[in-house]
Amino acid sequence: MARVVGAAETAPANHAWEIRAEGLRVAAGRRMAVDGIDLTFGTGVHGLLGPNGAGKTTLIRALATVLRPSGGGLELLGESVSGRVDMRRIRRQIGYLPQDFGFYRRFTVREFVEYMAWLKEVPKSGIADAVQHAIEKVGLADRADDRMKTLSGGMARRAGIAQAIVNGPRILLLDEPTAGLDPSQRMQFRQLLRGLSEDTCTVVSTHLVEDVATVCTDVALVDEGRLVFQGRAADLAAAGSGTDSGDSPSERGYSALLARHHATGEGTR
Amino acid sequence: MNDQHKTHASIELIRRYARADAIAGEVLWSLESHLESCPSCRARLAEEVPGQAPRTAALVDRTWEALAPSLTTGPPVPRRGRLARLAGWTSPAMLPWVVGAALVAVLAVAVDSFFAVPGGRPLVLLLAPVIPVLGIAAVWTRSLDPAYELVTATPRAGLYLLLRRTVAVLAVVMPVLVVAGLTTGTSSVVWLLPCLACTAVTLALGSVIRLERAAAVVVTLWSLGVLAPGLLTSQLPVAVAPVAVPVWGAVFAVAAAVLMLRARSFVRM
Repeated sequence: MARVVGAAETAPANHAWEIRAEGLRVAAGRRMAVDGIDLTFGTGVHGLLGPNGAGKTTLIRALATVLRPSGGGLELLGESVSGRVDMRRIRRQIGYLPQDFGFYRRFTVREFVEYMAWLKEVPKSGIADAVQHAIEKVGLADRADDRMKTLSGGMARRAGIAQAIVNGPRILLLDEPTAGLDPSQRMQFRQLLRGLSEDTCTVVSTHLVEDVATVCTDVALVDEGRLVFQGRAADLAAAGSGTDSGDSPSERGYSALLARHHATGEGTR
Repeated sequence: MNDQHKTHASIELIRRYARADAIAGEVLWSLESHLESCPSCRARLAEEVPGQAPRTAALVDRTWEALAPSLTTGPPVPRRGRLARLAGWTSPAMLPWVVGAALVAVLAVAVDSFFAVPGGRPLVLLLAPVIPVLGIAAVWTRSLDPAYELVTATPRAGLYLLLRRTVAVLAVVMPVLVVAGLTTGTSSVVWLLPCLACTAVTLALGSVIRLERAAAVVVTLWSLGVLAPGLLTSQLPVAVAPVAVPVWGAVFAVAAAVLMLRARSFVRM
């Protein structure tokens, strides 16, 4: 299970936040899907919450460095990634599970995770161990040599998480990892999330408030490309009152904050 | 056990040692030197630790647990999968296109050998320079590759991976073309450089517009400028005449230079 620990990992951090965005603007097609967001994420599990179309996926793609920001600043692990920089060094420390995550159906789980480990420049001698470790961590060890096309939706998603963590990332980005999972699979996923490394900065986007309330150390709520709220999960629950719609305190807090944001939005327009 | 010691430490002293109670310096010193050489007293100490110092015992257990995987020789970690190694050179999404390109070459040879016109223009010669381009179209293509977003977010994404895949395409298509050229008696030199030039132009253009569009542009231009005149008129198009070889060399050099300058274009979505 020995994972090769690189010098970069043991080096002392010289940055206060793993992720720091300042006035970040990112276009999705012609639309400015992320329109001036300031936020900071340190280590821990961060929930990125918002209705569909709020700009969560675009924001996560910018954090994964696959979309170039149109404006503002973005620092990952203390390095600016908004300009024309070589991103290889930063990308080695990122794990990313896209929302519509596609894979090669004929690959076995192990082949798929191995291929991703190679793409992430995991040292050749450490690939086999790192792959085995990642597959065990997501609980797919008994299916490791089955083809991807034989997996259920929940298992495929877990294989997706295995490829995201195979390089031992310091920033882990999971875009809607619970979409399409049944309730028991969602519970399994939350447990998996709790078991991931504590010194990782994990960002989980979701539109399900309960996902966030149970596992996340803090929550960022976005709507219409802007940050509506960032705080602890408990503060989200405290923002709502009995009159707001929702079945739990967190849901009521969520709808109260969104309603307030809409109201101020209309007011200034 | 062969016991060479005449005296042993009292059980009370061993318990105090396990609890880390204060023990006079000279007593501690002689106890520790005795423990170093006396297996039976070490065994008695080990028996006392769980009862006297549960936290120490727990620490030892945890340490064992963490070390166990690297100490035992567990099941051997499987070798890297065949598909994963192959994927370093070609994505599974490319395969149908590469096979298709090779088939086009084979078909062209078949046409030439069955409908050969004495003194006519071999179809292989007219088609050869754009046949690899058909394979290149699928090298870095969002709409064809299900894992496009995953791969694009990795550190290895970019010109390096693009060129590896291009080499794979050429490695499959070129031998077919060489054999085709030999069977139809066409000199390889007149189509080899146009072939490389068209490939390089496609990649260079693909750094500006999408690669599949770049491939379509190159194939269209070739069809209109060389293939159609070659089929409709009785003259050999000047593009595949020996006089054009230096021109194609220059085109290749320029396209390769453009590609190097735009080396960072293939790392975003």
